[in-house]
Amino acid sequence: MIHSLFLVNSSGDIFLEKHWKSVVSRSVCDYFFEAQERASEPENVAPVIPTPHHYLISVYRHKIFFVAVIQSEVPPLFVIEFLHRVVDTFQDYFGVCSEAAVKDNVVVVYELLEEMLDNGFPLATESNILKELIKPPTILRTVVNTITGSTNVGEQLPTGQLSVVPWRRTGVKYTNNEAYFDVVEEIDAIIDKSGSTVTAEIQGVVDASVKLTGMPDLTLSFMNPRLLDDVSFHPCVRFKRWEAERILSFIPPDGNFRLLSYHVSSQNLVAIPVYVKHSISFREGSSLGHFEITIGPKQTMGKAVEGVLVTSQMPKAVLNMNLTCTQGAYTFDPVTKMLSWDVGKINPQKLPSLKGSMSLQTGASKPDENPTINIQCKIQQLALSGLKVNRLDMYGEKYKPFKGIKYMTKAGKFQVRT
Amino acid sequence: MLSMSNNNSMSYNDQGGAAEPATEAGLESTPTTSAGAGFGLFSTDYKKNDDLKAMLESSKDSSKLEAMKRIVGLIAKGKNASELFPAVVKNVASKNIELKKLVYVYLVRYAEEQQDVALLSISTFQRALKDPNQLIRASALRVLSSIRVPIIVPIMMLAIKEAATDLSPYVRKTAAHAIQKLYSLDPDQKEHLIEVIEKLLKDKSTLVAGSVVMAFEEVCPDRIDLIHKNYRKLCNLLVDVEEWGQVLIINMLTRYARTQFLSPWKQDEILEENSEQAFYGSDDERKNKSVPASQPYVMDPDHRLLLRNTKPLLQSRNTAVVMAVAQLYWHLAPKSEVSLVTKSLVRLLRSHREVQFIVLQNIATMSIQRKGMFEPYLKSFYVRSTDPTHIKTLKLEILTNLANGANISTVLREFQTYVKSQDKQFAAATIQAIGRCATNISEVTDTCLNGLVLLLSNRDETVVAESVVVIKKLLQTQPTQHSDIIKHMAKLLDNIAVPMARASILWLIGEYCERVPKIAPDVLRKMAKAFTCEEEIVKLQTLNLAAKLYLTNAKQTKLLTQYILNLGKYDPNYDIRDRTRFIRQLIVPNEKSGALSKYAKKILLAPKPAPVLESPFKDRDRFQLGTLSHTLNTKASGYLELSDWPAMAPDQSVRNVEVVELFTESTAPAGKVKTAKRDDAFYSGSGEEEASGSGSDSSSSEESGSDSESSSDDEENGRKKSSSGSSSSSSSNSSSSSGNESRSSQSESGSKKKNLKKKNPRKENKKSCKNESENEETTKRGSKTKTDSVSSKSEESSSEKSSSSSESGSEPETDSDSGTDQKKQKQKTKPKKEETKEVQEKTTKQEVSLLDLDDFAPVSMPAAPRSAMLSPSLITDLEGLSLLNTSLTIDVTSPVYVPAKSHELLHRMSGKGLAAQYHFPRQPCIYSSDMVSVQVTLTNSGDQKLEDIHIGEKKLPSGLQIHDFNSIESLEPGASITVSMGIDFNDSTQAANFQLCTKSDQFNVSIQPAVGELLLPVTMSEQDFRTQQGKLTGMNESTATISVAPENSSGRAIVHKVVTAANLGVVPSAQESIHRFAAKTVKAADLVLVTVELKEASTAQLLINTEKTVIGSMLQRELKAVLTQG
Repeated sequence: MIHSLFLVNSSGDIFLEKHWKSVVSRSVCDYFFEAQERASEPENVAPVIPTPHHYLISVYRHKIFFVAVIQSEVPPLFVIEFLHRVVDTFQDYFGVCSEAAVKDNVVVVYELLEEMLDNGFPLATESNILKELIKPPTILRTVVNTITGSTNVGEQLPTGQLSVVPWRRTGVKYTNNEAYFDVVEEIDAIIDKSGSTVTAEIQGVVDASVKLTGMPDLTLSFMNPRLLDDVSFHPCVRFKRWEAERILSFIPPDGNFRLLSYHVSSQNLVAIPVYVKHSISFREGSSLGHFEITIGPKQTMGKAVEGVLVTSQMPKAVLNMNLTCTQGAYTFDPVTKMLSWDVGKINPQKLPSLKGSMSLQTGASKPDENPTINIQCKIQQLALSGLKVNRLDMYGEKYKPFKGIKYMTKAGKFQVRT
Repeated sequence: MLSMSNNNSMSYNDQGGAAEPATEAGLESTPTTSAGAGFGLFSTDYKKNDDLKAMLESSKDSSKLEAMKRIVGLIAKGKNASELFPAVVKNVASKNIELKKLVYVYLVRYAEEQQDVALLSISTFQRALKDPNQLIRASALRVLSSIRVPIIVPIMMLAIKEAATDLSPYVRKTAAHAIQKLYSLDPDQKEHLIEVIEKLLKDKSTLVAGSVVMAFEEVCPDRIDLIHKNYRKLCNLLVDVEEWGQVLIINMLTRYARTQFLSPWKQDEILEENSEQAFYGSDDERKNKSVPASQPYVMDPDHRLLLRNTKPLLQSRNTAVVMAVAQLYWHLAPKSEVSLVTKSLVRLLRSHREVQFIVLQNIATMSIQRKGMFEPYLKSFYVRSTDPTHIKTLKLEILTNLANGANISTVLREFQTYVKSQDKQFAAATIQAIGRCATNISEVTDTCLNGLVLLLSNRDETVVAESVVVIKKLLQTQPTQHSDIIKHMAKLLDNIAVPMARASILWLIGEYCERVPKIAPDVLRKMAKAFTCEEEIVKLQTLNLAAKLYLTNAKQTKLLTQYILNLGKYDPNYDIRDRTRFIRQLIVPNEKSGALSKYAKKILLAPKPAPVLESPFKDRDRFQLGTLSHTLNTKASGYLELSDWPAMAPDQSVRNVEVVELFTESTAPAGKVKTAKRDDAFYSGSGEEEASGSGSDSSSSEESGSDSESSSDDEENGRKKSSSGSSSSSSSNSSSSSGNESRSSQSESGSKKKNLKKKNPRKENKKSCKNESENEETTKRGSKTKTDSVSSKSEESSSEKSSSSSESGSEPETDSDSGTDQKKQKQKTKPKKEETKEVQEKTTKQEVSLLDLDDFAPVSMPAAPRSAMLSPSLITDLEGLSLLNTSLTIDVTSPVYVPAKSHELLHRMSGKGLAAQYHFPRQPCIYSSDMVSVQVTLTNSGDQKLEDIHIGEKKLPSGLQIHDFNSIESLEPGASITVSMGIDFNDSTQAANFQLCTKSDQFNVSIQPAVGELLLPVTMSEQDFRTQQGKLTGMNESTATISVAPENSSGRAIVHKVVTAANLGVVPSAQESIHRFAAKTVKAADLVLVTVELKEASTAQLLINTEKTVIGSMLQRELKAVLTQG
């Protein structure tokens, strides 16, 4: 299983190491650095790197490489999934998972890693169990601890560890009992030059924030569960009930969690919320290029499109861009050649556009391909697939909780080829 | 120690230099100021670390803690803090839990280096192992087993043994973890450790299961025998085990299953064999022949249990679990079920890029073998410009694997975009992919070639070079009709500047100069002109071209060649001079030239083998999917080979578990009352014969597949009774205890009966031939007792969710192997149906009180908070249980009559010697239940061997599907072979058009089914027939009066005519003049009911009831025709 873990920052320094079995020299990371150097982008580093005696499995998140050292056969996804779980936990504990946060909280990090793995095998990865074992650091607690000498570490075995519902601790109490659910859908799409859809699909999640006293047993049903083609659940969801009736029945974890992620069946036509009119041209032999894009709402069911951000990786030959936009602000990084235009909200009456000229490297040949345009946007109060929550019921407890459902649609990997 | 270099590296280096001597000195020197403690809080690097020792020895917990925190910081940075060991160890017994934990961290890190001092701490741990707090016991064991000091091995062993029997499952889990730590420290302890593993494997707690399986995998993965007894338990616990344990258990069970069960993949082959026999033999023969020959594959119920219990885990949020299930299905499930995992795998592609990478790799391997699995998800593999390169190439690989005649145009369009990508490495990979598509799919070879030729004018060198190389390969694999492209490339030679491309073109022209006799010399002329300005590689190829042309076309090119050779002779590059000299000697005949020049033609113009374009993932399937070895494509250390399926099924009874009556008290009192009641009901229901004994036993002893299997000879019944007498007593005992045991006993005797059953079908069948009537009677009787028992059984089983749901789940299985059991099922149908209702009533009545028995919840958890407030939600969980379907049971029977008439598919004249005829064997299709099976007889009536006969491109109307026959490698002249294929006609008479291909030719053929072949005969009673008919009136009914040909007026003749024309089953009829037939459509399984009523004066009324009105009217027309004709 997992032998050691090294945290490496993007400049190639190891800033944290932890060993669960005998110590592995950090020189093993040299193989990783080699691969890092070879890759042009940090994303291009291969997740699995063999070395003569070990295997290095790494994930890259928040500009940190989490490099696990493995000595023998193990499902690579097992390690990758665990490393991501570690990152999620750090994020949960410290708010951000950055090099600075890890360095500042090195003791908590160590305590966490110690609980999460025993001899390289995952022990407690459920966030509520961890939080009972090791309390997340807050400024107040740090101060109190320094004065009173009390600790961050729990003395009792978390109840969840042993119960049939390991994700929930007993004796939860709230004065305001609330259960909020967010249905968030993302559209992944590729739009081709002419504006027609090459591929488009909707993926969604139902995130929940449940603060309920006691041991509530919730059921959540949808108006149109048939839309959901493929689903994955939080372990709390009773699978058989879903199979039989398409109803989500569960004892929720305490706090925030992802109840469900789903994929909308591919038979359904996907409404594309925005369109882009573009005219980007490079002329052979000329040092100037023409750039113009206009973005507008398409099928949004009458809702406003907000938070629009357009990014595009320009060809290497582009030296600089001289543009004007009718709305928002744009930046062009001449080093990474990344154009990014923060549009904000789209006003359907006056469509935002960005146009101007590009100065090209003289003598460089015309790029083969126009840059693809990536779009991010948000539409509030709309689930694009039409998924609707029918009702939420609670059993097992007597009080009446506040309930709330929010819908949102976002652009996921939304690309326009030009 | 490696020093770190980051932003404040200066101070670190300072420390690294100074700290070591300082701390060393500090060990002996007097404590320095302890004032640093306060400051240390805010910056650990503010003071040198020599105050740490003093802080550790201070009396205040807070300063000790502070010191430990700083030490942990040092460890985290990889700095050496081992000098502080003695000072730290003193604090191991601290009351402060955080301090203690940090000391543990330190101990585990450095104990190996300082073994002697580490021993000081051992007594503390030994004391803590007896602590009443389970958390402390567990963490003491954790640390004790983690400090790698060989001297304490005996202590560890003792502690592990003790902890393995601890009351707390959490401590037992820790013990399981400790096992492998001890094993890696001292492998000599293996035998003792295996004992502990054996003990822990029996543990019923979900908490322990994952950890002990890991210990098993690390210590003794070859001791598969330890798993037998725990196999079923592990399968049942699986859903509730924590996700990491699930991954390990699934992987282990995959290996286990491959050694213990028969291959489900052979099923297809065997069935195929059978249907062929059936085709040749006449009706009677078939009965005798096929029955003994077939040993129908019945999936071991335990095998099925594993597949069933892992399926819900596909919905896990943990990608590793999903992958583990996917590989389990890939390696263990029947071919038809593997595609279950597709959706979930595609879902994982939304996850982090590392997950994508691994999943795509596995999909790439899978998609080589089973295109169909991922074809519907083609678009999910489209490449985005933001994907990292390794993901792009994997997606490209999968797209190439998935490309086929139907989707190639979209795939190619996608590829066109990729070729233009700014990522040139990816663009080059795309060109290779296009090349592979071109070779794999003959229809698009030309398009691809043309597309590639266009790419030759690309500016990017890698793109051009790659395209030329691919074109070269393509032309080599298709050496017939490419002179056009060579001509085109010759023309391009004027424009292309990239030397590699020019060289490749020259090589091509040289290689195939005989096909372009006019152009080649001209090209040579041009090249001769510019020879001196060319790059070396081009010059070399020019020389080659010249030599080849000289040999084939000396008349035109002699002078040119000599000119070029002369130029080459004085070239500045020695390679070229060398080559020139060699070629001159080889081709130009002169007195000095040796024997070699005679062979010049053979040497230079030898046919070169075409390079093979294949997937780089081709050989990865030798590794188990989802493993590290698969990802790396080399064997990783510790990789356990997946064994092949055993040829003979190993003994199934090894997995039987003895009944242990331990948990009797855990059954609710209500349960006891219930069982008592059930016994009553049962006895009263069983009536005259003593079969009650056997009934009860069958009731409790059947786990799955029992419905069809409780076959009902008198003789057999008797035998069953006697053989399972012992088990019946034990099982009735156990049924009064809690669910757990009754299940285990069920399965135990269930598998015993399986063994019996193996021998039975043969006998039974013989008997059924001999005296039908007797058989029928006994069957009825048998089935009655049987259904009784079923009712009692369902009562019992409904008291337990999982066991009964497993039964209902297994029903389809029994349907599928009903081939030999059809007869008795026919008769069983009716009573079964009636009983079903009863059963349903009973189950619903009891459900409410059953709720609190959760499915196999760990019994050791009395405080399970769930059971207290079980909501109505579970009721519905239980609703799925109903043992039998409430709907009318319609059983497909064997066809009444199989017409021998075959239809022409391909005439030998138009087929260039290949003749094909097809025929409907009227057997349920083996490939899919939606398909009509078609047998195609291929005859080679020509005089040459035909090779590689297979189905080529299919032009199917929407909804139709074809399952190809396996391609035939060769067919000798005069020989003929029969193959079976499946066609899903989607309940329409649309023709299925496809190409029948041989190695050299393709023939368009089509199969159009008669409407009668789209049906499968069913059996039902006359009463059922009427009720069903009553439901299908109005629009769904069509009547016609027909005049019957005189020779058809007898009842027999009518039946014969009707069943010949359509695959209908005969329904017994009370009136002589009315004949009833029933069938269902193959795809939608809609009933088709036909009634023919003979009237006087040789007229008859034809009445057809079906929801499929189109089928109905066509069938009417058809039947009308056959009945009116003579």
